[in-house]
Amino acid sequence: MAKLNLNVNGVTKAVDVDPSMPLLWVLRETLGMTGTKYSCGIAQCGACTVHLDGQPIRSCVLPVSAVSESTKITTIEGLSEDLSHPVQKAWAQLDVPQCGYCQPGMMMAAAGLLNSKPNATDADIDREVTNICRCGTFQRVREGIHLAQDIMKSTKA
Amino acid sequence: MKSSIHMTRRRFVLGSLSAGAGLSLGVLPALDLSADHHGGDVLDEVNAWVTIGSDDSVTIRIARSEMGQGTLTGLAQLVAEELACDWEKVTWSFPTPGDNLKRKRIWGSFSTGGSQGVRSSQQYVREGGAAARMMLVAEAAEQWGVPAASCRVEKGVIYHDPTKRSLRYGEVAAVASRQAVPMEVALKDPADWTIAGQPLKRLDTLEKLDGSLVYGADIQLPEMLVASIVDCPVMGGSLKGFDDTQALKMPGVKAVVPVKTQTGTDGVAVVGTSWWHANEALKQLNIEWDLGPNAQMNDASITALLESGLDASEAFNGNWEGDVEAALSDAVTRVEAIYKVPAQNHAPMEPMNATARYTSERCEVWCPTQNGEAALAAASEASGLPIEQCEVYKTILGGGFGRRGAADYVHQVVAIAMQFPGTPIKLQWSREEDQMHGFYHPTTMAKMRGSLDEAGNLTGLHMRISGQSIIAGLMPQRLVNGADFVAFQGVVKGGLNPGMDDHQMCYSIPNLKVDHAMRNPAVRPGFWRGVNVNQNAIYLECFMDELAHKAGRDPLDFRLALLKDKPKAAAVLQAVADKGAWGSEDGLGRGLAVLYAFGSYVAACAEVTVTDGELKMHRIVAATDCGTAVNPQQIAAQVEGSFVYGLSAALLSQITFDSGVVQEKNFDRYPSMRIKDMPKVETIVMPSGGVYGGVGEPTIAVAAPAVLNAIFAATGQRVRTLPVARQLASA
Repeated sequence: MAKLNLNVNGVTKAVDVDPSMPLLWVLRETLGMTGTKYSCGIAQCGACTVHLDGQPIRSCVLPVSAVSESTKITTIEGLSEDLSHPVQKAWAQLDVPQCGYCQPGMMMAAAGLLNSKPNATDADIDREVTNICRCGTFQRVREGIHLAQDIMKSTKA
Repeated sequence: MKSSIHMTRRRFVLGSLSAGAGLSLGVLPALDLSADHHGGDVLDEVNAWVTIGSDDSVTIRIARSEMGQGTLTGLAQLVAEELACDWEKVTWSFPTPGDNLKRKRIWGSFSTGGSQGVRSSQQYVREGGAAARMMLVAEAAEQWGVPAASCRVEKGVIYHDPTKRSLRYGEVAAVASRQAVPMEVALKDPADWTIAGQPLKRLDTLEKLDGSLVYGADIQLPEMLVASIVDCPVMGGSLKGFDDTQALKMPGVKAVVPVKTQTGTDGVAVVGTSWWHANEALKQLNIEWDLGPNAQMNDASITALLESGLDASEAFNGNWEGDVEAALSDAVTRVEAIYKVPAQNHAPMEPMNATARYTSERCEVWCPTQNGEAALAAASEASGLPIEQCEVYKTILGGGFGRRGAADYVHQVVAIAMQFPGTPIKLQWSREEDQMHGFYHPTTMAKMRGSLDEAGNLTGLHMRISGQSIIAGLMPQRLVNGADFVAFQGVVKGGLNPGMDDHQMCYSIPNLKVDHAMRNPAVRPGFWRGVNVNQNAIYLECFMDELAHKAGRDPLDFRLALLKDKPKAAAVLQAVADKGAWGSEDGLGRGLAVLYAFGSYVAACAEVTVTDGELKMHRIVAATDCGTAVNPQQIAAQVEGSFVYGLSAALLSQITFDSGVVQEKNFDRYPSMRIKDMPKVETIVMPSGGVYGGVGEPTIAVAAPAVLNAIFAATGQRVRTLPVARQLASA
């Protein structure tokens, strides 16, 4: 076991955990933050996507010991406090989710893409949003990313 | 306003989880938890379907499960339409299967499959909404001393225009239940709908956007322990022994327990405080299995079994006209082809899970299930407690697709919880467990034979299906003289079996035979979104394309000539051909498919190119005539989603067996479409009225054959053994 400090959604959390435990399970079980989902456990599907310093990563295979105290972890619970993130607004407007189980990861992947590429093209989306959704929401996910871009631009203007 | 309602429901759902023990008093959960609603407002039941708070908030009870298909919202729209309430104030709750039992099944069936969610309950939920409205109006009229007929309702407000008086629903709801339940209600004409029939937003979206929705996998109860399980990797095998020395040394591991259930599963679970550690500990157990009688099964043995059915003399008839053998022997041109469709797993994103708390007096289960009543029966059977002492609390499902109609995981979690009386146990399957212990979409083959006359008209068709019967595997009592009519979904003769008339073949063919050589390998079969229309549509619609090309006829015209007796089928096909630019010479390969299934007429036109063996799907135009459209934008979502599910199977994935063990244990070997693979889907919703056809499943049938036919148009290559995978030839 190891005592670690994690910066989760802007709050420092002290945890005493097995250092080899993946970040996903520290979030879900140690911290009780169940918005981030388990689905494949081998970084194939992206349901467990969170941001480390704004960049999307798959938390199901990342040992918690690899996350430094200064690294900012953002989960779906911290994307915004009030559903005001452009991705959340776009997802609500287009009714993107079906079962919704993959959507926390999908939205974190989308938000991560927009962090690094606010003008992401369809080709960027194809390359960087590689999450699996068995309900098949991809058409609305794509529309949602483009709508989120519009929302970001109109907010800045 | 909207968000506060969502907050309320969130509290309600969580409340029903944490207040589990309190429900044993026989109090209805919604009433029991009424104090939780809007910080103490009274929430009153007008009838079983509708409760209204003094703040006018309307809670509509939804008996069917929500797994992404949108039924929850559609059913709420139907109730709200007849209730004539303010949609902005509508929220929902799940009644429990135990309450349904106590109230003599007042909510009807909880089963959610077969695209039945709306169509088999729309009548009584609309009546429930209308009855509630009439009771609210009767209450207001009584208070005013005027005839109910002189009152009108608009958006949850009752008006008596002659005296210019009004009362809000919230002002009369508390006492409206004293009014007589109307014996007869008049339902609105869908043409007059303002809530139903509209492309409204789902009621369950917002809590899916911030991680706050509690799925079964997310349940946390006080003192709860978590478990991971491994069942014998070969179906029918059994646990011989294990060594838990190492496992018990791992952090948080409390116990290692054998888990044998009445459903035939036999495995071992690790129980602890952390699921990840429990799952890691499973790998340290050095388990010994008796692999049982199916340990030699592999893909070659299954294929040989199916091939033995292709020309077998005995088969069950599902459709026939004239004399197909005579037509084939008289044919100017005979066409023959053999197709094969592999097994599939459901693989919902949320792997199977359930939570149970057992005491000698009571067994409670929290789980995502497509059939709450089956889960309740499983809790009773597994615990040995009378069903009245059991309860199931449903969550929204992280995908179902048919898999969660089964209750094997409920049996397992109760078997574990019985070893820890009073302690809640959450059983979470790993993805590997989910892949290896599915109820698989069966693999089947078909031998297609067709005859053409000199003019290129289809004179005869024999469709021989060979493969596993899901009904024989899961509900053999529903076989009819040994035959499984569900095997003929989409190609069956009308009037043959009362349950199958929503699946009749569209084409009128003078000499026809569709028959099924039942060949059941030792694989647990299951209902997989679309069920048997998936392969039946591939067999029929790809072969129609082959016949049209052999006849030198346009595949659209060839089909339309055979659809003269089914104008609605012809209409959806023509619609996709028109919007899909059928016949254009623009370098795109186009393919068509049409089918009648689950009570809806559906068609698709796919546009593809193939470059160096790489398939690119550019667009699929889809049409559905589901009779009545309850929420057109959600119908479009179901079409889009069903195409991803169906095409993932047709193009990418399969379940195979070696030595009785499933080989595709995770998404690395069981690929699923991603956003880069998704074609643009344009959905035409063209309801022709009258009936309520299914929505979640019918369209899945036409995606694969339309794309396969488009691949032929683009390349001249017929792919008859699925998945397509790497079979496309490089130029």
